[in-house]
Amino acid sequence: MTEQGVRWTVGQVLALAPDATSRTAGSRLGAAGPWSGAGSGEGVVWGLCKGSGSRPYQTVVDLAGAAGPAYKCSCPSRKFPCKHALGLLLLWAGGEASVPARAQPPDWAGQWLSDRRKRAGSTGAPAEGDSAAGPADPEAARRRTERRAARITAGAMELEHRLADLLRSGLASAEQTGYGPWDETAARMVDAQAPGLASRVRELGAIPGSGPGWPTRLLEECALVHLLDQGWLHRDQLPDELAATVRSRLGLPSSADGPPIRDRWLVLAQYDTADTKLTTRRIWLHGAASGRTRLLLSYGAAGRAPELALPVGLALDAELSDYPGTGRSRAALGGQFAPPAPAGFRPPGLTTAGATARYGEALRDDPWLESIPVTLDRVVPVPDGDLWQLADAEADAALPLATAAGSRPGLWQLIALSGGTPVKVFGECGHRGFTPLTAWPEGAGDAVALC
Amino acid sequence: MNATPAATPPASSRRRSPTPLTTAWEDLVAIALLGTDRRPLSHGASGRAAPVALLDAAAVATVRRRAGVRPAPPAPRPARAPEDPRPALPAPAARRLATLLADRSGGSGSGRRGSSPDLMELLPQWLAAANAHGYAAPPQALPPLLDAARGRTDLRPAALAFAGPRALWLARLNPDWRFALRVVPGSTALPGPDDAEAVRRLWQEGLFAERVALLGTLRARRPAFGRDLLSSTWSAERAEDRLVFLDSLRTGLSTDDEPFLEQALGDRSRTVRATAAELLSALPDSALATRMAVRAAACVTLDRTGNSPAIAVEPPSACDLTMERDGAVATPPAGRGERSWWLGQLVEAAPLGTWEERLGGRSAREIVALPVADGWQGELHAAWCRAAVRQGDATWSRALLGSPAAPDAGGPGAVSLAERAKLLTTLDPADRAEWVAGFIATHGLSEAFQLLGVCAVPWAPPLGRAVVDALDIARDAGSYPWSFSGVMGLAERCLDPAEAARMQVLLAVPDERDDAAPGAGGYWAEAFQRLVTTLRLRAAMADELDATSSSPPP
Repeated sequence: MTEQGVRWTVGQVLALAPDATSRTAGSRLGAAGPWSGAGSGEGVVWGLCKGSGSRPYQTVVDLAGAAGPAYKCSCPSRKFPCKHALGLLLLWAGGEASVPARAQPPDWAGQWLSDRRKRAGSTGAPAEGDSAAGPADPEAARRRTERRAARITAGAMELEHRLADLLRSGLASAEQTGYGPWDETAARMVDAQAPGLASRVRELGAIPGSGPGWPTRLLEECALVHLLDQGWLHRDQLPDELAATVRSRLGLPSSADGPPIRDRWLVLAQYDTADTKLTTRRIWLHGAASGRTRLLLSYGAAGRAPELALPVGLALDAELSDYPGTGRSRAALGGQFAPPAPAGFRPPGLTTAGATARYGEALRDDPWLESIPVTLDRVVPVPDGDLWQLADAEADAALPLATAAGSRPGLWQLIALSGGTPVKVFGECGHRGFTPLTAWPEGAGDAVALC
Repeated sequence: MNATPAATPPASSRRRSPTPLTTAWEDLVAIALLGTDRRPLSHGASGRAAPVALLDAAAVATVRRRAGVRPAPPAPRPARAPEDPRPALPAPAARRLATLLADRSGGSGSGRRGSSPDLMELLPQWLAAANAHGYAAPPQALPPLLDAARGRTDLRPAALAFAGPRALWLARLNPDWRFALRVVPGSTALPGPDDAEAVRRLWQEGLFAERVALLGTLRARRPAFGRDLLSSTWSAERAEDRLVFLDSLRTGLSTDDEPFLEQALGDRSRTVRATAAELLSALPDSALATRMAVRAAACVTLDRTGNSPAIAVEPPSACDLTMERDGAVATPPAGRGERSWWLGQLVEAAPLGTWEERLGGRSAREIVALPVADGWQGELHAAWCRAAVRQGDATWSRALLGSPAAPDAGGPGAVSLAERAKLLTTLDPADRAEWVAGFIATHGLSEAFQLLGVCAVPWAPPLGRAVVDALDIARDAGSYPWSFSGVMGLAERCLDPAEAARMQVLLAVPDERDDAAPGAGGYWAEAFQRLVTTLRLRAAMADELDATSSSPPP
């Protein structure tokens, strides 16, 4: 009976799918027909799926792993998770009737599982050993660090010249020159080992073609790149935290060396952004006891879903460690002590004025922040011309929704959920407006993922 | 930034600005656009080069602008969506709906291959079942539901009924869903038929679509009230509207409606007159039906002169004004003779009950079996078919359908497959299923699609068995399953889920035979697999909606 409580919802399972095709294929397998010998227990789900061949595929999902669910399937698919794993989880989400809770997995599942958990147990230890022992040759490492710092400094100065030249001759000229010069500069920043500068420079190249108001946006972004350059060039004079933020904004590697915080972490939102080379998954968590909101990042090579997946509305009993730098609230997932389970609580919220004030304060620690994670209490989606706002139920104040949010299907789910009445909404709040990611209806009801 | 009305810091924060840097943001942008070479910065006191000083100033201004973002005044709030008093879906059913809607994007384009069910095809059935239980839709499911209904008009009535009042509220906010506002769902927006005052007001003031829906609802429950309402405003209605309203009287039609319909026979509009006549002829006791019976009887007689009795036909020689007043159309469509056209209309409108007496006390079956002289059989039987459908006469339908095993039942006999399908609708569901089962057993599946479409869902056991057996035979014949994909798809939706257990033997891949199409066995196993999977899924769907069995009390 307790096992029944931790079954995921369909939406949570479908969120694991690497792409739309897998979603569809997985949905179709989420029915009793092709499955036999399915069962679940202690954070594991297993089953045999009849495919077109004579031997059924053996599918196991370990939901309790430290890095989110792990999958094993004997099918030849290179998708991750494959449609069988998705189908199996959907079947399991359907309830006790299709996937009964049994204590013991069959041998073929148990073997993989125990290997896997043994491995997970053993990888934890050497990782700590590494950081304690430090690099093999501290002197060589120091030289490497210095060399990289020198390269970045050269890159930052070159970029400063480029920006100064641009402002001397005027932004109006940037409209004609197009991407070319910026791409070239971005490539030089990659050579200078400053990926943070490289991506900012690439975005600068796109602004002149981004529609009305581009000069304002271009000046803003140029100024913030300049600020970052200056931050690096004068990092010795910055307070430690701000210097750490500058380093992280430049893309210097850092490790999550903050003390582990154990809490019940509610999964607030999970969404992916993809470019041609990389899929980036962002997962927002909120600690029930600590009250902290933290971001987990996970990456997948082009076309592959990042491995870490945590469904919205569940909570995990786990440890998180913060990365250095105060602004971005990024953390790494450490030990997990139980499989994710329905949370049964919601994050506390703010008014719209409270949210913008908090964004303003956050900029003090990290002036490059585009947005901060915020939960708004009792807001109503309100149409404002072609755009939408979230208006406080009790005050005459409203946050505009970011224009990008307006084109997503999640916007209409939010409007439908509200029906003109106040809802609680989690999202990202910044200078471009508010991007809703998850909503809760007034009164009882599960979290509804909007992305 | 420009899209954010709140982005400009309020005047008060600008006044509090502690730095001496007073160049307004707009000035900074103007200088940046032209370049510091052409337009120097007004304050160059920092000792830095002009472009760098500009960047310094812009950086401060940018962070300040962002930090100064404040909420904007709200636009007028929309009215609240009306309450939906229906109970919420049980949790497993809500999850199922999410799965069915998530499948919407994929599927259909890829064709019917593979062994997994086509979930989108199950959505109509799921909606019908959910509506029968009277559940409310989860609000977050409304956008995908409306999108699904937008793409498939056949889904709209059930989807909108399930979506309820909040969907109409949503549709007013999103132009993509305007279609929902044009269709007035019968159940939600209309007053109950017992609320006479509200009904009268809506009839007087409502939009056309609302009034049609209202009349339809009333006729189903209180037909006399509906008719009285219609007659109260009849003369003031426009001709097109009168036609649609009159058509609504089909529901709950009875002899009580006769006086009103007789009066409509004198209507100004020809189409209204024709519809009134058609409705009256569906009432075998009506005066119009009696008049038509007299006319038809004059044309169709029993000829005893030969060795065995036969039917002699003498079609009318003219279409007089009284015939026209009773709904007969004088001018035949292109390619048809006048006299046979008139004959067809008379026989179609005459009560079938008159023929037994007229043709020597014979039963319907005996009459249909009588030979017809001079090649009139096709015309006469076709007219009787239309009469049997119009009058809902199962006895005559059975007689005209004949034996399902008869050789001409499958071919182009006197009665076409389309007419047979219509005749079948007058039989009770069990008889219908039995006849179609017999038809399939004799003629196979290739012609059965149309007939299966009129059978009640889930298919009665004999019909289901006949279909599965015929599919099995088709497989043994060595063809590919996609030649039968239409019937396969119907079977997935219409077979009784209980049949799944009996179909286990069909799932194995048979040994390949020399005369079979290459690989057909594997494809058939896959097709049967999908069929069984779909049946299991339908059983699960039904259980989930049956809240009492699937979810423990909270």
